[in-house]
Amino acid sequence: MIHRLKALIKKEFVQMRRDRLTLAMMLLLPLVQLALFGFAINTDIKKVPTAVLDRSNSASSRELLQAFTNSDYYRIQHRVGRESEIVELLDRGEVKVGIVIPYDYEEKIISHQPTDVQVIVDATDPTTASSAMANSAGVAGFINGRLSQKGTRQSQLFEPTGAVSVKTRLWYNPDLQTSHYIVPGLIGVILTMTMMMITSMAIVKERETGTLEQLVTTPLRPVELMLGKIVPYIFVGYVQTTVALVVAILVFGVPIRGSLIGLYSVTFLYIVSYLGLGLLVSTIARSQQQAMQMSFFIFLPTILLSGFMFPRAGMPDLVQKISLIIPLTYFLELLRGVVLKGVGLGLLWRWILPLTGLMVGFFALATYRFRKSFE
Amino acid sequence: MSELCVDVRGLTRRFGDFVAVDNVDFEIRAGRIFGFLGPNGAGKSTTIRMLLGIVRPSEGQGRVLGYDILKESAQIRARVGYMAQKFSLYEDLTPSENLDFFAGLSGLEGAAWHKRRDLVVEMVKLGDYLTEMTGSLPGGVRQRLALAVTLLHEPELIFLDEPTGNVDPALRRYFWELIVQLSQAGKTVMVTSHYMDEVERCDKICFIHSGKLIGEGSPRELKSNTIKKELLSLSTSRRAEAMQVLKGIKGVENPFPAGTSIRFLFDGNRTELEELLKRERFSSEELEQARPNLEDVFIYLSKEGVA
Repeated sequence: MIHRLKALIKKEFVQMRRDRLTLAMMLLLPLVQLALFGFAINTDIKKVPTAVLDRSNSASSRELLQAFTNSDYYRIQHRVGRESEIVELLDRGEVKVGIVIPYDYEEKIISHQPTDVQVIVDATDPTTASSAMANSAGVAGFINGRLSQKGTRQSQLFEPTGAVSVKTRLWYNPDLQTSHYIVPGLIGVILTMTMMMITSMAIVKERETGTLEQLVTTPLRPVELMLGKIVPYIFVGYVQTTVALVVAILVFGVPIRGSLIGLYSVTFLYIVSYLGLGLLVSTIARSQQQAMQMSFFIFLPTILLSGFMFPRAGMPDLVQKISLIIPLTYFLELLRGVVLKGVGLGLLWRWILPLTGLMVGFFALATYRFRKSFE
Repeated sequence: MSELCVDVRGLTRRFGDFVAVDNVDFEIRAGRIFGFLGPNGAGKSTTIRMLLGIVRPSEGQGRVLGYDILKESAQIRARVGYMAQKFSLYEDLTPSENLDFFAGLSGLEGAAWHKRRDLVVEMVKLGDYLTEMTGSLPGGVRQRLALAVTLLHEPELIFLDEPTGNVDPALRRYFWELIVQLSQAGKTVMVTSHYMDEVERCDKICFIHSGKLIGEGSPRELKSNTIKKELLSLSTSRRAEAMQVLKGIKGVENPFPAGTSIRFLFDGNRTELEELLKRERFSSEELEQARPNLEDVFIYLSKEGVA
């Protein structure tokens, strides 16, 4: 068994070395994808173009606008004289936010009366809209705080003060940096893509080129052939993980709060899950082209439903259940748990166990199908 | 028992409605060259694949080297060599790497393997090509490499599926020399082909047609005992005309041009035939008894059904 496995693994590495394009893909893919998505997928919105109609034009109103600007969320690009101009700028899409300060803003502030400042938001993009709302509330809170320090207690700008106040504290990623959230997930996505694409080709390619015919007439057993296809790519998977982690730390400043050994251990479960899934595809597909298409069909839900792109909490029950058979769902929890939260594996059993189950399941199914089709 | 390397009874394989191999019986004695002859698609490859356990028979049973083809294919595979019809080695490895790889799968290692490799490489004259990329080698060299891989674990029984299918005549001759050499070294060889001329070197031949065995025996037996009708040859310079005439005569079957003459089977009165030919200005000197070759035998059998 060992000598046969040795021969197989050696052969895979020689072939891998010869196939320059695939090799380059496997090693450069993590870099390119991390660079692309890590920078591009960014939901921390900053410097949104803003138009202002300041009817008060007073010290107080300027202080308010300064607070808006300081929040770094708004960039005041236009100062206009009429409200219709704001509407026009919003219509044309030149600005996303319009701020209207009333004539009597300063008098109201001085006489401790409530006053309204209007913030108009282009809500065609819900992400921008909701963060605009959150930010303006933040600005208001800041101004209110300043006024009450000055002793103008009565003033209320946007929010009525209530007996209950909610204070949100952000843990693990207090600056809400999207890259810290996206980049660890990307490690999972990159692994999925390469691991599944490569192994889904593995058996079908041997069949298409006829080499499988020669292999099955040797004493090689099906399980050995499968292991021989998997072991080299576990190695490749770890190289990719390492490259991705180095980029995550050096380029994106993602903090690795948990243990690397823990991270590499759960990565094994994840890599083998997708290698198993790829092999399963390979036993079903009749041609390399079919294998490619099938892995693509698996790849899309992996990205969309696992919680990599959208939070699973918002998905309907049925879809949430489907996401439970996607290994990335668990791996994301593990990645974010270990990388961002610094949680030990001891606390992550509820993700580790199902991932192990999926790994064993895919591999067993692939072996079963493989035996059936070649014995 | 030990004398019989292969012994199959009632071997049948269906693919849906199509019967690829239909109730086939044959046996191969140790040390012989066994030729399995038939046109493309006759069921030759499927039969070999059943012997190796790659394809499961729909019906029937068989033993190869004493092992049951249904239950003991692992034992069989370890002891036989198989060269598939389609080239089935890695084109992105060098011949040397291909040999090392398949040797590794057979458990050959170290000094014993190096000695064996030198021997096999010498036998198929592969020395000059060992480090080139297999995919860029000419067809003949690839075929020799495939034979080397088939032989490297010293199998007692060797299956060669159309080894000369796509190679030039010189290499075909060379291949048959190798096959005879193997046989002289005590190996048993089963070789398939659709070239009727080259299998004269076999000890025994089976003809297969549309999945059915239609005849078997040594080439000599087949040629002298099979054809129950007269095989005649008409030498003439007016071949097209002669074909027309012969087709119109009762008792004449399958006239076909061969060189400067036309060969045909005849079942009837010879004198009447000569009369009819004379009327068309073909002289009786031009008509003579022909010696059947294997091609005549195959065509006769495929028309007549099972002999």
